[in-house]
Amino acid sequence: MDSIRHWMLGPQGSAYANNVDDLYMFLVWLSVFFFALIVFLTVYFAWKYRRRKEGVLTPNISHNLALELLWSIIPLIIVMGIFFWGFNDYVRASVAPNDAIEIHVTGKKWLWAFEYPDGTRTIGNLHVPVNRPVKLILTSEDVLHDFYIPSMRQKTDVIPGRFVDLTFTPTVPGKHQVFCAEYCGKSHSDMMANLFVDSPEVYEKWLVEGDPELQQMPPVEVGKLVYENKGCNSCHSIDGSKNTGPSFKGLYGRMEKFADGTTQMVDDNYIVESINNPQAKIVAGYEPVMPTFQGLLRTPEMRGIIAYIKELK
Amino acid sequence: MADIITSPHISGHADHHDVDYLHDGKGLKSWLTTVDHKRIGVMYLWSILFMFFLGGVFAMMIRLELLTPKETIMSAETYNKVFTLHGAIMVFLFIIPSVPAALANFVLPLMLGAKDVAFPKLNLFSWYIYMAGALIAIAAMVTGGVDTGWTFYTPYSTTTDGSVALMTFAAFVLGFSSILTGVNFVATIHKLRAPGMGWFDMPLFCWGIYATALIQVLATPVLAITLLLLIMERTFGIGIFDPKLGGDPVLFQHFFWFYSHPAVYIMILPGMAIISEIIPTFSQKTIFGYRAIAFSSVAIALVSFIVWGHHMFTSGQSQLASAIFSFITFFVAVPSAIKTFNWIVTMYKGSVAFNAPMLYALSFLLLFGIGGLTGIFLGAVSVDIHLHDTYFVVAHFHYVMMGSTVIAFLGGLHYWWPKMFGRMYSEPAARIACALVFIGFNATFLPQFVLGSRGMPRRYYNYLPEFQALHQASTVGSWILGLGFLIMAGYLFASLRKKMDAPANPWHSRTLEWQTASPPITHNFHEVPSVGGGPYDYYRPVGTGRNA
Repeated sequence: MDSIRHWMLGPQGSAYANNVDDLYMFLVWLSVFFFALIVFLTVYFAWKYRRRKEGVLTPNISHNLALELLWSIIPLIIVMGIFFWGFNDYVRASVAPNDAIEIHVTGKKWLWAFEYPDGTRTIGNLHVPVNRPVKLILTSEDVLHDFYIPSMRQKTDVIPGRFVDLTFTPTVPGKHQVFCAEYCGKSHSDMMANLFVDSPEVYEKWLVEGDPELQQMPPVEVGKLVYENKGCNSCHSIDGSKNTGPSFKGLYGRMEKFADGTTQMVDDNYIVESINNPQAKIVAGYEPVMPTFQGLLRTPEMRGIIAYIKELK
Repeated sequence: MADIITSPHISGHADHHDVDYLHDGKGLKSWLTTVDHKRIGVMYLWSILFMFFLGGVFAMMIRLELLTPKETIMSAETYNKVFTLHGAIMVFLFIIPSVPAALANFVLPLMLGAKDVAFPKLNLFSWYIYMAGALIAIAAMVTGGVDTGWTFYTPYSTTTDGSVALMTFAAFVLGFSSILTGVNFVATIHKLRAPGMGWFDMPLFCWGIYATALIQVLATPVLAITLLLLIMERTFGIGIFDPKLGGDPVLFQHFFWFYSHPAVYIMILPGMAIISEIIPTFSQKTIFGYRAIAFSSVAIALVSFIVWGHHMFTSGQSQLASAIFSFITFFVAVPSAIKTFNWIVTMYKGSVAFNAPMLYALSFLLLFGIGGLTGIFLGAVSVDIHLHDTYFVVAHFHYVMMGSTVIAFLGGLHYWWPKMFGRMYSEPAARIACALVFIGFNATFLPQFVLGSRGMPRRYYNYLPEFQALHQASTVGSWILGLGFLIMAGYLFASLRKKMDAPANPWHSRTLEWQTASPPITHNFHEVPSVGGGPYDYYRPVGTGRNA
């Protein structure tokens, strides 16, 4: 039974996920029962009363009130029970406890940005401590998005001009997947994030020092991580193919032509400017759609991405 | 009601009134200016079948692209346009007009014993509006396409490139065609029933179409207004839905689903209506619980207007609203259960034949069972929060829209084909095609329930590698499904090349459309039929009704 449950629903990340799965599995078995009943009756009647002779008259069974009430009232009682079950869980899950950590989330085409209570800001990676309620306060900068954490069985639409919130209490440490579940255009399916559920000590240390692995890594590898985790990869390819933005392959040292006709050689300062103030120079043939990353990259990360681009010849 | 009490045929009148409707007038002009509901029904039929083919090609492209993560055959931009067009074409240009405008247009007046619908010229006009809408939609496809999804959610739809305004205008125009057809059918059912035919002597198909027509008339104007507001915002920058202009994007969703949820029942009620005809005919049996089925159609139509918020549990609407919508939604389960069990029990002590239409009806019972039961998952708020906007929803509504409505439409097409064109198709080929469609459909959409439960969001061009096996199973299923449709197209077209060979009543049905020639004469009946008894009186010999 447990293996069916796991196969159908994937990993659980919280006690609430287990509640949702209980109702889900109850509905699965209820559906299996009623579907089997439908199949059995359909096949049994169809075969038992199959036509053996043409032109026979059949009995006039117009209706049977008791039977019809039976198959109205039984489903009604069952679905009312299901309503209260689903409603109860929903209400409990949508109220955040007072001690919840509040993290602000901003969705924009096509990345997720996070801002922690101490001012730490990240893109693409959300860190939270285990066994503590988290309240995400979400908004969008452009169109509708939807912040969806399958392992927490939680999602909410993220709406421009409005704040919505999403609460969960993670109990399973490790990495969890986050999707955008509301269609938002070209790179909708790449608008993912990672949710890292850390032990409280690791979480506190991370808030101060950033990702520990970054400190021992060569800059090129830091840059590769930045490229993958901060959303660069949803618009910039590394194989020369054209995407929403110019490819990083062979970019460094190239003379770039801009929409206003001017040109400039791509160097360290050009890359920094493009990240912090992307609308300053628009490469000819591309739309001015890149959001600013001002303040979102720590200095080693900025060095890393420059080194990474340099590597991509 | 099988009995046409008045003299069924007056011999010696070999004037043009005895010519069947297909041969009463030759040439394109005689078709384009016809006011005969049968010819208009046939013109609708070919129009929607073409659109079904187009939407089907887009569906096959979607499944092929999803064979692998990242690019398989097309870019992300193309994929987004393809799934949008698949949805928009299937909903607005195929399913909504499929049963009412094509099949019911043909058979409804015949079933009522009428010569035509109440407003024949309006009927032709609504076909022209449909064609205008279809042409505008095709223009939108070739002038930039649309990548918003068929739901046109703002503010994406007001800010993206492409021919969004043109496509929404097409849906706006098509809405009028739908409204006029609805008005026509309501008037026809009220005023043109044959002498002696009370409301409860009508075939249940007419009840289903009546309930559908009411929704078409009452709900479609809301869609028209919504789309007009969207066009105004997009074209003139009037702020209604976009928060940058002072609007509210959630308002659009309320407006949109206020129409589009009832529209789900515009799509499913006619399918149910067909099943209510096929099962008694092929069981040669009185339908079980006539009134319960008739009233549950009307009940579904009424409830459909107050459940739209169940599409919006994650939209940011208030928790109280979500709770109320969830509560009301569960009431849809009751009339659906009544209908399902009444259809099944109709076969009890019947004389069941397994011709192609009946195979589709039996398929319907199983697929609608799955579609309905998985709807319960989505009605429960906590489970819906997890499943919303995932493949679970995609699978669920395909079980209802395609597994139920389209399967019922195909059942109806095979049932009335001999009446419409006077020719029988190859029964063995039809059974094989039905089996392939049934197997292919389940192979395509069953894996998607698991995909969605595991968290795979919908409208994804790219996906994580762990989802690939189930996606591939689904894509292989779509090939089986496609093969079934190819075979179907083959034997249906082949039947049209034959000489007319269909008897007036090949299925020994008791409803009125079978009591005239196949194909019917232009005026349907030689004499106005007068009716005694019910539409499903298979317990008494033909010709022994209460007025006989």
